[in-house]
Amino acid sequence: MITALQFDFMRHALVAGALVSIACGIIGVYVVVNRLVFISGGIAHAAYGGIGLGYFLGINPVWGAILFSLAAALGMGVVQRKTRQRADTIIGVMWAIGMAVGIVFVDLTRGYVVDLMSYLFGSILTVPRSDLIIMALLDVVIVALVVVFYKELLATSFDETFATVENVPVDTIYIILLCMVALTVVMLMRIVGLIMVIALLTMPAAISEQFTSNLKKMMFLSIVLGIVFTTVGLWLSYALNLTSGATIILVSGGAFLLALLYRNVAGRRA
Amino acid sequence: MSTRREVLCLEDVWAGYGGGPVLEGINLSVKERDFVGVIGPNGGGKTTLLRVMLGLIQPTRGRVRVLGQSAAQARRFIGYVPQQVDFDRDFPVNVWDVALMGRLGQRGLLHRYTPQDRRAVTRALQQVEMLDLKDRPIGELSTGQRQRVYIARALATEPKILFLDEPTASVDAHITTSIYELLQKLNEHITILLVSHDMGVISSYVKTVGCLNRRLFYHESREITPEMLGEAYRCPIDLIAHGVPHRVFAQHHEEEVEV
Repeated sequence: MITALQFDFMRHALVAGALVSIACGIIGVYVVVNRLVFISGGIAHAAYGGIGLGYFLGINPVWGAILFSLAAALGMGVVQRKTRQRADTIIGVMWAIGMAVGIVFVDLTRGYVVDLMSYLFGSILTVPRSDLIIMALLDVVIVALVVVFYKELLATSFDETFATVENVPVDTIYIILLCMVALTVVMLMRIVGLIMVIALLTMPAAISEQFTSNLKKMMFLSIVLGIVFTTVGLWLSYALNLTSGATIILVSGGAFLLALLYRNVAGRRA
Repeated sequence: MSTRREVLCLEDVWAGYGGGPVLEGINLSVKERDFVGVIGPNGGGKTTLLRVMLGLIQPTRGRVRVLGQSAAQARRFIGYVPQQVDFDRDFPVNVWDVALMGRLGQRGLLHRYTPQDRRAVTRALQQVEMLDLKDRPIGELSTGQRQRVYIARALATEPKILFLDEPTASVDAHITTSIYELLQKLNEHITILLVSHDMGVISSYVKTVGCLNRRLFYHESREITPEMLGEAYRCPIDLIAHGVPHRVFAQHHEEEVEV
């Protein structure tokens, strides 16, 4: 591992893992307590449309992904809030259309698109410096929004009806939350790929939920766990020559199962 | 008594969710320091009535005035204790932070909570005798304790009127009594309106009782008359309640009870 650190790509990968863990730890907690896992999955897959668009236009696909994921967050958020029935069906449709758009854009792009797979399955080892800067910026945006709207996010998550009576703009808060999910998803896509985004978004939060019942502590613990999982996963994938994204997910999943086991054993003893 | 101000006024209010009216021609007048209990069957529109008075849904017809204002404008003067449904035991929040949510109306977006907010929350938790448990996660409380926290959250808004939706659903009998005794004490300063399907306890603590099943039968009196219940429930009722003799209605109307 120490020798590996002399490589630029390895250092970039570790920094990327840490940067993503910050956003992921904070937003993952909201995804878990608000039960937004399905809609987050939808946003992640719809973002693929933006990847395709990025290639087609010859710009950094990350910008396309940001655009598409934000649009998906807005669209799905409005559907979730305003339609009484079948919101999940409509979200599922948007999810598929987003992906299909991406695939068609790639078809229309001349030449062979080399690292398309890296967006599907992640490629933490090829994160360029420019993407690290984007990640840092997104972290700043997310942390700032959560700090500014903390009490409204908490109240809306806990009891939306009461928050409405207290004149909290719950619809706006919900949309802001989904937009933050969208930005987080774009960052995560680089690390584990959009197919496994949901796993890294939810597992650190779900583990920390078992050990604390304080939202802020849960966020800090999730961030730490995220950094541990990405670092350990990265090291294992390097040592054993495995796909980095999948290794990170398996490390997180193993920890999640251990936490469940511990909780059950400890719970029975108590 | 006659100098007491009217704080709540509904005139011929109709409301529903698109599938026909849930409330039909509701007339209601509540004065300062009233303690009104509204009973009725499930699906009878009790929660809808509260939602209309909070301005959460617009009536399709009629007029709602709260403290001389529209319902949406006046809701910052109302403390709301919603029905406890779908409670997430694992939600990571403690008693103090829940009660603090009662100060959101006073502290809008981009404002932090102030020492004044913390004083109001401390007072509210003291009133419901939950200050000692302020650091306890909300999921570790009993249903009755949790209900007290929700009442504290409503009190933290420093309300002129308190609305409660089924405050004693799934709570033990002795806890029910203690919650109603608390409400009775609060009623010395605050107007209270509560809805419940539990008519037994309600009528021994509230000052006036109404029956709601789409239509509201309310005569500003404490008595639940068999006629009111008959009208509201539209079926024979085995009634054991304070102030009303135990009685089984002999005659069965053909209308079905709404579920």
